[in-house]
Amino acid sequence: MRSRPALVLGTLAVLTLATAVLAVGVGSVPIPPSTTLRFFTGGSVDPTAAVLLQQVRLPRAATAILAGAGLAVAGLLMQTLFANPLADPFILGVSSGASLGVAVAVLGGGTLAGGFVAGLGLTGRAGLVTAAALGALAVLLLVLLLGRWVRSVVALLLIGVMIGSATTALVSLLLVFSDPDRIQKYVIWGLGSVSGTTWPDLAFLAPAVLLGIVLAAWIAPSLNAMLLGETYAASMGVAVGRVRTAGIVATAVMAGAVTAFCGPIAFVGIAVPHLARMTVGRADHRALVPASALMGAVVLQLCAVIAQLPGADAVLPLNVVTAAIGAPVVIGALLRSRTLAAGAAS
Amino acid sequence: MTARDLEVDGLTVGYPVRRGLVRADRVILRDVSLRASAGRITVLLGPNGAGKSTLLRSIAGLQHPLAGQVNLAGEPLAGLDPRTRATRLAVVLTERFDPGLLRGGDVVALGRFPHRQRTGSFTAQDRRAVDDGLAAVHAQDLADVMLARMSDGQRQRVMIARALAQSPGLLLLDEPSAFLDAPARVELLAVLRRIAAERAIPVVASTHDVEAAVQWGQDGWLIGPGATVSSGPVRTLASNGAIGAAFDTAEVAFDPGTGRFRLRGPAASDSGP
Repeated sequence: MRSRPALVLGTLAVLTLATAVLAVGVGSVPIPPSTTLRFFTGGSVDPTAAVLLQQVRLPRAATAILAGAGLAVAGLLMQTLFANPLADPFILGVSSGASLGVAVAVLGGGTLAGGFVAGLGLTGRAGLVTAAALGALAVLLLVLLLGRWVRSVVALLLIGVMIGSATTALVSLLLVFSDPDRIQKYVIWGLGSVSGTTWPDLAFLAPAVLLGIVLAAWIAPSLNAMLLGETYAASMGVAVGRVRTAGIVATAVMAGAVTAFCGPIAFVGIAVPHLARMTVGRADHRALVPASALMGAVVLQLCAVIAQLPGADAVLPLNVVTAAIGAPVVIGALLRSRTLAAGAAS
Repeated sequence: MTARDLEVDGLTVGYPVRRGLVRADRVILRDVSLRASAGRITVLLGPNGAGKSTLLRSIAGLQHPLAGQVNLAGEPLAGLDPRTRATRLAVVLTERFDPGLLRGGDVVALGRFPHRQRTGSFTAQDRRAVDDGLAAVHAQDLADVMLARMSDGQRQRVMIARALAQSPGLLLLDEPSAFLDAPARVELLAVLRRIAAERAIPVVASTHDVEAAVQWGQDGWLIGPGATVSSGPVRTLASNGAIGAAFDTAEVAFDPGTGRFRLRGPAASDSGP
């Protein structure tokens, strides 16, 4: 019984590496796993394949691993802090903020704000990333500021949802007054993607996600106590306010960074923590944080592989895969899990 | 009276309210001085809305008192950091939570939170405290049972075991029998009495169940009319009419002789409504 979490974590770590080898192989030019393994072990590899691996496939796999891990851990944090199984990394409006940033940058070409953004030279990919990060940061600061006055988590949750609605409304407004070319660029960003990230991008994404995971692991014992509700946690000596702030900051840093580079990736953040709980079988965050991270990495990599439609020429939008394939899987798993059904019923 | 008693000294509880620059606090209970003896169970009685929970929460430090002091074993509880305070006193609340995947043993182990170092492993001492807590409420067989599968009574016993795992010098319980049936309520009071005696700590439990409290309680704190608080052996509170004064209505009166509520007047002999 006691070794089950260790076994789960070990298996997930191996799976993460195995899916990475699989993931770098798929694309317009398939690379067999044997070549990939030879590349890693320093053997001689066809130079074209080596460049492809080095410049395109490895950054893509690393992005999927980081994004999956970050979103899953962020989702776990939100579900525990808000004692709500439907919470996800974006529930505080972080992705809406990022969307607004990107919408202003992409759609607001002729407007004053768009001119300001263009003046900063934020029009290419770097522009999208910066705009998304600024939007996410603005929403995070607003939520933290309001959180100082709000005592109840439910009120904080509602504030996050309201901020999300308000920013979505602003995006819709921008959409109405934009020309179709720009709208398409915004829509494509919104479909999510782990492709196109470069090593310099990863130099920002990796520290952000790792910082979030370390912060989550740091507060894991307190999160366990928070499962009994905030009053019980406080009575057992948990600094509830500080844990809540740490969790929100960790979530926003991870969700904000991932959204900035990959767009708003749906489903992973809400579903993977549930899958991790079912697999670990325990409500212990010291095991759930690493399990969610690894499982998120595996799941998002698999989704990215499927999106590449191995054998076909077309590429599916990532969010289509995460939602269309992931949702039924999770619903099926939830229905089979009697423990979770019982927990939801009481 | 021993050195491990709980002393409440001039405590005023309620909610701080500010109207502009003027303090207009909503006072629930004013200038309350009480004592709970170590080794005995003190039942906190009072009509609904009298301020039982507010008083308990204020003693527990979950809510700031407006004035006054709480001393445990001669030491003021105010000013202790939350973690240290959690090693001195433990509470059992009415708060409900989603049991999720938690098992009985997990919940009880959470009681060791204030004693554990961040990186520390679960020591033999932690293990013993958890086992002792479970044994005190006869819940050893619930350690591996999912909380979601337990009855209200079993869940309540696990929550008390968790409080005991904190190795507290004071146990506070808010309406611990609220969801229990009659035999379980009496058993709970007996268990709490034994815990108080065995651990030589004060146990304070608020309850709606006046009849069981009078029969099985030891000492009593009673919030009566006009938010006045009286205390004494619970039988004395019953016989001197204090409980009657607090709870009697035009229809119902507390009978000190039987320790039960009865209907007043001719309706008392009717079996119908």
